[in-house]
Amino acid sequence: MLLGRVIGTLVPSIVIKDLESVPMLIIQPLTESLESSGSPLVAADSTRMAAPQELIYYEGGREAALALEKWFVPVDHAIIGIVDDIHYIEVE
Amino acid sequence: MILGRIIGAIHSTINHNFYNGKKLLLVEKLSPSGKRSGSYVIAVDSIDAGAGETVLVLEEGNSARQVVNDPMAPIRSIIVGIVDEIQAQ
Repeated sequence: MLLGRVIGTLVPSIVIKDLESVPMLIIQPLTESLESSGSPLVAADSTRMAAPQELIYYEGGREAALALEKWFVPVDHAIIGIVDDIHYIEVE
Repeated sequence: MILGRIIGAIHSTINHNFYNGKKLLLVEKLSPSGKRSGSYVIAVDSIDAGAGETVLVLEEGNSARQVVNDPMAPIRSIIVGIVDEIQAQ
């Protein structure tokens, strides 16, 4: 999984049947130190609770499809959880 | 599997049900010589790994699901070993 920041919401008007009512959010992938990396992507929200500006972690590929309630649907990224806090460990 | 070093822990209360009670660690990926390779991954900890340790991370979904013994789990990255020593030529 990787870190991301929710930067927007998205409402599809027509979507294939299995993805109806699945919330979609636009997320910006982040590095481990929370800097933006790469281009934004659209992810299905398996928590159904993420909101813009929140720090989340997401998974891509087949695991994204497994995360949704109706599983094995055609999604390639899914938000798995919302980050409360990251505790960085000092390494000498 | 890949080599990594634990650089942090992620705290999360709202998450997919499968992740309830699972320990999530921030792992930076390493080259065999121990240098950081610039990328990272958030992995579930299956072996009680700790701060700064060099670990083995599985990054493949079916293997990870086998480790957690749940064929439906949305998991790909899991820490499966703690490395004591590396001898790279």
